[in-house]
Amino acid sequence: MKAPLVSKPGAASVSSMIRCANLCKKYGDVAALDGVNLHVRKGQTTVIMGGSGSGKTTLLRLIAGLEKPTSGEIEFAGEDFVHIPRKRLYELREMMGMVFQYSALLNSLNVYDNVAFPLHEHTDLDEDVIRTIVTMKLEQVGLRGMERLMPSELSGGMAKRVALARAIAMDPAIVFYDEPTSGLDPISAGVITTLIHDLSTKSHRTSVVVTHDVQAGLSIADHVVLLWQGRVIAEGGPEDIRHSEDERVRQFIEGRPDGPIPFSRSTTSYLDDLLSHPGTVRMRP
Amino acid sequence: MNRAANFLGWLGRGFLGMTGRLGDAASLSASSLGLVAAPPWQGRHIVIQIFNIGVGSVAIIALTGAFTGMVLALQGYYTLSKFGSESLLGAGVALSIIRELGPVLGAMMLTARAGSAITAEIGIMRVTEQVDALEMMAVNPRARIIMPRIIAATLSLPLLVAMFDLIGIGAGYLVGVDLLGVNPGAFIAEMQAKVTSHDINTGWIKGVGFGFLVGVICTYIGYRATPTTEGVGRATTQAVVLSSVGVLVLDYILTSFFL
Repeated sequence: MKAPLVSKPGAASVSSMIRCANLCKKYGDVAALDGVNLHVRKGQTTVIMGGSGSGKTTLLRLIAGLEKPTSGEIEFAGEDFVHIPRKRLYELREMMGMVFQYSALLNSLNVYDNVAFPLHEHTDLDEDVIRTIVTMKLEQVGLRGMERLMPSELSGGMAKRVALARAIAMDPAIVFYDEPTSGLDPISAGVITTLIHDLSTKSHRTSVVVTHDVQAGLSIADHVVLLWQGRVIAEGGPEDIRHSEDERVRQFIEGRPDGPIPFSRSTTSYLDDLLSHPGTVRMRP
Repeated sequence: MNRAANFLGWLGRGFLGMTGRLGDAASLSASSLGLVAAPPWQGRHIVIQIFNIGVGSVAIIALTGAFTGMVLALQGYYTLSKFGSESLLGAGVALSIIRELGPVLGAMMLTARAGSAITAEIGIMRVTEQVDALEMMAVNPRARIIMPRIIAATLSLPLLVAMFDLIGIGAGYLVGVDLLGVNPGAFIAEMQAKVTSHDINTGWIKGVGFGFLVGVICTYIGYRATPTTEGVGRATTQAVVLSSVGVLVLDYILTSFFL
């Protein structure tokens, strides 16, 4: 008997979808995440923001089950997600969609087959039904009629839209977005941001968006989590973040190069470094 | 003293790293192959890989086989004529090809043409997050990517080797009989008399062993490639070098075992 999947999110429900407690992830001696607590509510859009190397992509990979944490707990729809057997993980994955940073379309398949891929893999639907679903999903992202193109023939923005259509092909309860707007021109980025917003609000789908795009992130978020050096430094609604008085938060949303988050990553004294190589740097008398 | 300690440390680290990688390769391959019977059945993907790896290598194997047979006939004739034993040319060519050159050169060509492509393809799937995408779509990448390629290489190589042997012996016959004037009856009769079923078994068992080895090495190195463009390039080179050396080492082991 197959264990029941969690119900599709209801309109008014704000119960918990993902809960992380004291999450740590180390690569060698480097801690990418250091004691992160996170709560993703059902039907809401949670935006995880932070600079490069802040650990936000690592956090996304952990809650999507692509990697295991070094320590800490992850609960997905009430189930222990850290020690979950692979079979059950794959059952739960059928209600997850993910849009990858580089779209990750299967490059041996055309647009149609990419969007239809999860349906072919996990359902016994007739090809006619699958064709209808694919057409609907491509219409939603504005690419109907492009079914026969190969991934190599698509621009970055179009590939991202196909990835979006593929992610929602199975009508998942939750969609993860990894840097959905990075590397796109402003118009394509705007299109993707609008699509994410529409897909989340119209079907009350849970979304987790990882981005360093402050304006896009704040515009679609119900809840914002700001990471810095593997820790959560601020959390709240988009307005709370916009009006935060924390200097680190202000620096991040205003995009200032220097501040409490220092411009220089060096840990040693500049002068000492220069003087320690007398052969290359000479002090003139 | 310090230098010696450093050297020992370096040696130890290298050894530990190597055994770690060997163990990782064994467990990845074993866990992937274990999925062959698990639903969903991947038959279609195994067939696709047999086409890519096996059928795609037919032309290069045929060409290599033909020239190997021709060179063997030339060299064999030169040596045998010194002893007045040209009639043994058929047996010499057939035994060299069936026992040794067919499996080894076949495996080298498979590595060069299909093995490098396997590593590069899997490595690029890593770089472009396609492996993670499969995982997120609840499709086990070990069952979809690794297992079909190992099985396809294992099944394809003995068949390619059989083709290599036939073409090689045929080409040897053409050079020996039609060009150098060896008696055709003697060529065939000596070959039939000297080649035993044991020789043929040695040949196809080597084919299976080498195919499996090339499949395991090339999928493992591709799957564990550093996900950068540089990493994939390095992995491809490494896969070809390790597969070629591995085939020669395994060849020695199998030959000493079957002699």
